[in-house]
Amino acid sequence: MEDAPRLDVRGLAKSFVLHTQGGVTLDVFRDLDLQVFAGECVALQGPSGSGKSSLIRLLYGNYVSAAGEILVRHNGQMVDVAAADPHVVLDVRRRTMGYVSQFLRVIPRVPALQVVAEPLRARGVPQATAEAEAGEMLAQFNIPKALWSLAPATFSGGEQQRVNLARGFIIDYPVLLLDEPTASLDAANRDVVVAMIRQAIRRGAAIIGIFHDSTVRDAVASRIVDVTSLGAAA
Amino acid sequence: MTVATLEPTERSRRADQDAADAVAAADAGPLLKAAGISHFYGARAGCENVSLELRSGEVLGIVGESGSGKTTLLNCLAARLRPASGQLAYRLTTGRTVDVYGLSEAERRRLTRTDWGFVHQNPRDGLRMAVSAGANVGERLMAVGARHYGDIRDQVTDWLTRVEMDLERMDDLPSTFSGGMQQRVQIARNLVSQPRLVFMDEPTGGLDVSVQARLLDLLRGLTNDLGLAAVIVTHDLAVARLLSHRLMVMRQGRVVEHGLTDQVLDDPQDAYSQLLVSSVLQT
Repeated sequence: MEDAPRLDVRGLAKSFVLHTQGGVTLDVFRDLDLQVFAGECVALQGPSGSGKSSLIRLLYGNYVSAAGEILVRHNGQMVDVAAADPHVVLDVRRRTMGYVSQFLRVIPRVPALQVVAEPLRARGVPQATAEAEAGEMLAQFNIPKALWSLAPATFSGGEQQRVNLARGFIIDYPVLLLDEPTASLDAANRDVVVAMIRQAIRRGAAIIGIFHDSTVRDAVASRIVDVTSLGAAA
Repeated sequence: MTVATLEPTERSRRADQDAADAVAAADAGPLLKAAGISHFYGARAGCENVSLELRSGEVLGIVGESGSGKTTLLNCLAARLRPASGQLAYRLTTGRTVDVYGLSEAERRRLTRTDWGFVHQNPRDGLRMAVSAGANVGERLMAVGARHYGDIRDQVTDWLTRVEMDLERMDDLPSTFSGGMQQRVQIARNLVSQPRLVFMDEPTGGLDVSVQARLLDLLRGLTNDLGLAAVIVTHDLAVARLLSHRLMVMRQGRVVEHGLTDQVLDDPQDAYSQLLVSSVLQT
């Protein structure tokens, strides 16, 4: 195993200042430290509102931190996602860090196959190759072939989530962020997701996830970390 | 259960290519660089002290309410308007960087017609209504030196197909088209000469939702596949989320927030950005 962490979070703080509601400040956490190494899956735990999803979004550069560093190993260097230029963060997302949220952000008129192929296309993989691989991923997540050419807007919640998962797993990201990836799945599809996560761990991915389903959590987590113990809730 | 994977050789070959791409991308530097752009209408600021950089393949969205200065800024960036102060540098295909406002009128016209495109909100401002749709597109090619009729016709056909135009209408006047069709002809006219940078002012404004979705899908595909850089002004946050990598929020001529599009929309920091995002109707 590598000595250096893939992800190294130091002194991270998050607060929301609600300007439209009289400037109220909500402190989510502060002084949060977390290291995640290749080949491990850290499951975040904590009561609702403790900042699990906020932490995941901070790591992905989707939320802005109030203080601290988020160091991600990218192209052989540690890049601070909290401070890097937008084009660097986009490159980190393209090559190093994947994110599967609970909900698929549906793009009008774009067929499921292209939605899943998109991360490969963004890395310059030719359309035919990307779509062939996207088809394999959709098949693995049990999306019937008849749906591949349709836009996912009309799909069921579970189908949309599987399209989202296929999109997140089509690239072997060195770091993978999962926010309740099995929330609306049945048992059979949940097992597929568990198998995919385990495979990602075996190939050496560093995974940080939120898994409300304890069966899934027990099956994949190498470490369970309580967010409230990581950082002092301010 | 078996989980199919790619051959390791394929994966590693791709990783090597990725690394090479990453190095190439890091070397490129900005395509367009604006510094301290200010423009005034009398005493009122159209845009004030705006600086930004745009790389090739990058799409920048500019949002803000009417009168926020976003169109003034777009016109300054596209050299359609000479600002009261500020610099604009553009990197040519040759690698040489030029001072856009310092160019002669002829040089600037050549740059804006060959390397750049400008898509107006109202297609009537970007099309010649008295000549056919095909001629509107072909004219652009002739302006950059194409002379062979067959080649021109082929490229025009290719582009009208890409924007999903019915080719039977190619010889009709744009004045007989719907607004959505006119907008697609305008986009074809702007992209046929293979510009590296395109400016768009509310490209989907005033169109039906279904037509808008189609056009957005088209624009997304074109910017992805052609590696186009683009600056898109819109008041529609959903359009901005779909099309742009980075987002600037303007208010009263100033940039109040600037960052990754999803970050600005999901965790806006500025009071005005928060108001803008929270004012969007949910469907």
